[in-house]
Amino acid sequence: MREELLRLIETNSRIDIKELSKMLNKSEVDILNELAELQKENVICGYFTLIDWEKVNVEKVTALIEVRVTPQRGQGFDRIAERIYNYPEVKSAYLISGGYDILVILEEKSLKEIASFVSDKLSTIESVLSTATHFILKKYKDMGTILEKVHGDDREVIS
Amino acid sequence: MNYKLSDKVVNIKPSGIRKFFDLVAEKKGVISLGVGEPDFDTPWHIRDEGIYAFERGRTFYTSNSGLKELRIEICNYLNRKYKLQYDPLSEVLVTVGGSEAIDLAFRALINDGEEIIIPEPCYVSYKPCAILANAKPVIIDLKAENDFRLTAKELKNAISDKTKLLVLTFPNNPTGAIMERKDLEEIAKVVIENDIYVVSDEIYAELTYSGKHTSIAEIDGMKERTILINGFSKAYAMTGWRLGYACGPKEIIQQMIKVHQFAIMCAPTISQYAAVEALKNGDSDIEMMKEAYNQRRKFLLNSFKEMDIPCFEPYGAFYVFPCIKKYGMTSEEFAMKFLEEENVAVVPGTAFGDSGEGFLRISYAYSIDNLKVAMEKLKSFVGKLK
Repeated sequence: MREELLRLIETNSRIDIKELSKMLNKSEVDILNELAELQKENVICGYFTLIDWEKVNVEKVTALIEVRVTPQRGQGFDRIAERIYNYPEVKSAYLISGGYDILVILEEKSLKEIASFVSDKLSTIESVLSTATHFILKKYKDMGTILEKVHGDDREVIS
Repeated sequence: MNYKLSDKVVNIKPSGIRKFFDLVAEKKGVISLGVGEPDFDTPWHIRDEGIYAFERGRTFYTSNSGLKELRIEICNYLNRKYKLQYDPLSEVLVTVGGSEAIDLAFRALINDGEEIIIPEPCYVSYKPCAILANAKPVIIDLKAENDFRLTAKELKNAISDKTKLLVLTFPNNPTGAIMERKDLEEIAKVVIENDIYVVSDEIYAELTYSGKHTSIAEIDGMKERTILINGFSKAYAMTGWRLGYACGPKEIIQQMIKVHQFAIMCAPTISQYAAVEALKNGDSDIEMMKEAYNQRRKFLLNSFKEMDIPCFEPYGAFYVFPCIKKYGMTSEEFAMKFLEEENVAVVPGTAFGDSGEGFLRISYAYSIDNLKVAMEKLKSFVGKLK
């Protein structure tokens, strides 16, 4: 049931234990134990809420920053990545194949804050060779979810 | 003006589901568990292929029997799934939904007065189609104690010297019942002994939750006397595309093509292009939808268990068929009262034949959130009945 359970909570972390127990035909205790185990193993790394801040008029600026770096002897990219992802303002950091090395996703209240992070913090790390910053203008889909309300149940009654 | 209409058509009763839903339509805020079509959208890559077909101007008729490429893919699919081998050039006909294929099969096989055996409860179209084909429908009332499977004995008792064919509708709408290989082997013996045909509507084949669906055409000696009907509506969530198919002996298919040719011409071309994509690359979509249906199925069965409402375990389609006899109401009374008091619509079992009395059809082609609310309402409703 492990993978099926994970697939279920991947798209709905709020689904309750009782419901899960009925859907998977397992006792509530079994489900709770399995979830605890998955958290202990760090398979489940957290539970989050997908929020469209724009709808409540909260300004957020998201930037994707391509970073080219010089890997360090003995530690490859991991050491330098760690130096980057430890900044709390970094939302995601990925090692990337292709034209650059690390993709950093940053979320801030303003453009200015992003600019200052890039110029003061990111660019000054010695192994960082260059950065290219892309601002997100509009979010259509995030975490597999289309943010605009898609259509409801349009099925018509037939016989 | 006094319209002089066909008695045959006038005498056909309107569908029982229709009657109930006309009532539902008058009410506001109803939670419906009545719809018999997937709640998923057609997977995007299939829709995209339809759009591409439009862009490329694929807007002409196809050959009467359907796009050759699609017929080849249908044959590949049946071979891959059931080891069934059909000739795409002569043994396959692409139709406007499985429904058209049913009508064609009856019309191609029946002479006036011959009998079609229809096990009920079943989907509402077989009986009217039989009557329109000038056949006499002979109903077998399937039993809850057999999990609504057809038994060889029931079939034997229904056969007369006028019997022409048996309609098999498994996985079944409305009961969710399936027929396993061993069940089908028993039926096949009787069919072959009595030299009759089988029209097997396997539209829900992909939605089988215990092992793999078996087609009766797979059983020895059955392929030559079976019209296998399937389609894209349920497996790929493509109801509105109106696309199904029939496979069988070329002698029968060729006669069906004649009726199809003069009544319909050909199935929608755009849909046929999209269906090629569905068959080539749609297996993972089916798996995803099937897993969700299966979770909802288990959710409902466990909910009934909690409420102490008896329900046999249905292993197919997307319906459960709980028994409400212990509440001392007919199916229709129960469904009406449930609608009035809790604003939840379920379909009375009697809409699918007299043997559906005492049962309700509950569709789980709904999100789990919807089902959860509906089950809470059912719990409160039956709580008051005790």
